[in-house]
Amino acid sequence: MSRNWAYLSNYLVYSSMAVYTISFFAHAIETAWAVRIPNASSSQTFDYKRTEKVARIATAMMALGFLLLFAGVIARGISAGRVPWGNMYEFSITGALAFSGAYLAALRKYDVRWLGLIVSIAVLLTLGTAVTLLYVPSAPLVPALKSTWLVIHVSAAIISGGVFLLANAIAAAYLYLDSMESKGDRTPWAKRLPTLEYLDQLSYRLVAFVFPLWTFAVIAGAIWAESAWGRYWGWDPKETWAFITWVAYAAYLHARVTVGWRGRRAAWLCLFAGSTFLFNYVYVNVWGTGKHTYSGL
Amino acid sequence: MSSDIQLPELGSVGLLRYGWRQLTSMRTALILLMLLGIASVPGSLIPQRTQNPIAVGAHFRDSPDLSKWMDRFYLFDVYGSPWFSAIYILLFISLIGCVLPRTIEHFHAMRALPPPTPKNLNRMEYYSKWAASGGELVTARSWFKANRFRILEQEGTFSAEKGFMRETGNLFFHLALILILLGISFSSLFGMRGEAILNVGERFVNTPTSYDSLTYGKLFKDGKLPNFILRVDKFDATYNIVTNSPEDYTLNVTLLDGDFSTLKKHVIKVNSPLTIGSTRIYLQANGYSPVVTVRDSEGSIALQGPIPFLPQDGNLRSIGVIKAPDANPQVGFLGSFLPTYARNNGSGAISVFPQALDPRLLLSVWSGDLGLDSGIPQSFYRIDTSSMQQIGLKSLKPGEVFEYSGGSITFDGYMKWVNLSFVDDPGKNYALLGAIVAILGLLASLFTRRRRIWVRFGSEIEVAGLAKNAAPGLEQELNKLISVLKGEI
Repeated sequence: MSRNWAYLSNYLVYSSMAVYTISFFAHAIETAWAVRIPNASSSQTFDYKRTEKVARIATAMMALGFLLLFAGVIARGISAGRVPWGNMYEFSITGALAFSGAYLAALRKYDVRWLGLIVSIAVLLTLGTAVTLLYVPSAPLVPALKSTWLVIHVSAAIISGGVFLLANAIAAAYLYLDSMESKGDRTPWAKRLPTLEYLDQLSYRLVAFVFPLWTFAVIAGAIWAESAWGRYWGWDPKETWAFITWVAYAAYLHARVTVGWRGRRAAWLCLFAGSTFLFNYVYVNVWGTGKHTYSGL
Repeated sequence: MSSDIQLPELGSVGLLRYGWRQLTSMRTALILLMLLGIASVPGSLIPQRTQNPIAVGAHFRDSPDLSKWMDRFYLFDVYGSPWFSAIYILLFISLIGCVLPRTIEHFHAMRALPPPTPKNLNRMEYYSKWAASGGELVTARSWFKANRFRILEQEGTFSAEKGFMRETGNLFFHLALILILLGISFSSLFGMRGEAILNVGERFVNTPTSYDSLTYGKLFKDGKLPNFILRVDKFDATYNIVTNSPEDYTLNVTLLDGDFSTLKKHVIKVNSPLTIGSTRIYLQANGYSPVVTVRDSEGSIALQGPIPFLPQDGNLRSIGVIKAPDANPQVGFLGSFLPTYARNNGSGAISVFPQALDPRLLLSVWSGDLGLDSGIPQSFYRIDTSSMQQIGLKSLKPGEVFEYSGGSITFDGYMKWVNLSFVDDPGKNYALLGAIVAILGLLASLFTRRRRIWVRFGSEIEVAGLAKNAAPGLEQELNKLISVLKGEI
């Protein structure tokens, strides 16, 4: 019974990868196809009407991939009889889900379709790493993870991570476009991307939106640590790096709100803060020592 | 002399004031915050005494000179080091110096009316005017009231202000951080933390000597240890047969506390500690204790009982030492306990499952002077074999006896041990309260917009607005007000 659910979960994750791949190619085609050179003498123009259909396919495939992956994560949870956040494979597939979910949610409010190319490739890389390097058979939780706080702490951390990485992707796009503009004009495909000011604001808003949630994730982790290990803060490497990430984003918010940093400096600080989050996820889980490494990976 | 450059007299008070201003400036606070983040990095990469004393010991063995130098800079105790403490104490002084004046200022500002309407509204970020059609003043007043603006009505103008929650939340957030730090210091002054390894069946009487390690805060009184006796009745561990990882640990204990009149049974699990008053007891680790009987050449018992061994891997291959100082000559055993024995070509004897399905005790026997009388404190888990010689090697099943020259050892069986932490942390509730207030304050300050709106009534209606911190959304709000005033809604 539980084994069938585990197989189903694997099929769903693989199917979602196929669908995300279609989404990736559709986004790529959309970007490339909009460029038109009517004849040798005239310069390039853009025709987004022509690519509107492809763009719709790309977004629809992203949504379908999200649904398949969502079902895959749920099936994984059913197979193990618990929330699917017990090891790094499960964190990764849920993280990919949160990342594409954050993109789709942002898409409802902001015009961020240009990000789809980055999001789909990032999700594919994450899922690819998960199924090849991190896969472990579905199994019940080790005793330390058996707590309601697992649901609260890990879901808050995963959602925060998804949004932080989205803000990072936007900050990186800002820096790339900024260097392009300072050398001259944007290359044709980049012309459709939003203005620098818009990107700057957007990455700030995402961070400001999710910073309280990250604070909550850290505090929920501390409450859980108190009931599992007898101390709410012990400078375990995971805790230390969660704190460093918190400090880095707090500095970013202060720099923007009270010191008035904008643009390139703010984007670099945002990237730095995001990289501390990634370091915590990759380094501390895989090579680190401490109480957060019992998951086998 | 007259050619000397004369510096303006600053004086010691002036110097102090200058230092205080520098310390409590926002920039210094930000730099200290970043510094605190950077300063916590080495502790996550270098083993720390508080978390992994064994790895610190290994570091000292592998590179003693480097380790000695690193230790001088407290690199094995980063989070308790003077330099780390200096950063966070400076940060919090800076924070208090920054936040307290702002709190007072904000308190006054909240009770004051908005400043009068400026003369030239058309210089504001948002501005529009149109011909009056009458009745706007009443409409505007009710709109501002309904939207809970604070208004100053003066000479046919409204000056309205909203969004004080932003600064209130911001101040509460920072004050809450101070509360968290106070909670942490309170715990470290009045708290206690002890560890004890207990075999199943053993009794624990709560006195300082019962602990394997015990640390208290400077102001914790010995007599404050609550009176109780705990007996370890039963410990069950279940393991997944596919992944070998543990699925459940359940510890059954009997507690005798208060006036020692009633026995109560309790269950302790990893995520549900036992609470006795303000002390909580946590199940931290577990392992196997082989039970052995050591006899000397005449057959009289030199040592008998369970000896806790320390787990080395996920399948609970455990190592330990058995010392029999009463035997003549003294004997010591370096042992490995394998719960489920198997042989592996590369590494010899291993354990392939954490449950004791086919246990073995592997021993190397040493005879000579254990060095216990030298007065140098010795580890419970190590033998100094420098003045001993190896006299035998043996693998034993439960019930088997190994006879060596000068005596014998019987592997009677095994039992489980548990490692319990006893913690009294009186400051944690303040820290929790601080954390909750911090989040609420953060939400209030990040999602409140502070803005001012002015309206001047006359033959023309003028409306202007200003958003602090360039917060978005003021334009839509003004458009709404304008359409209300024009009677469009």
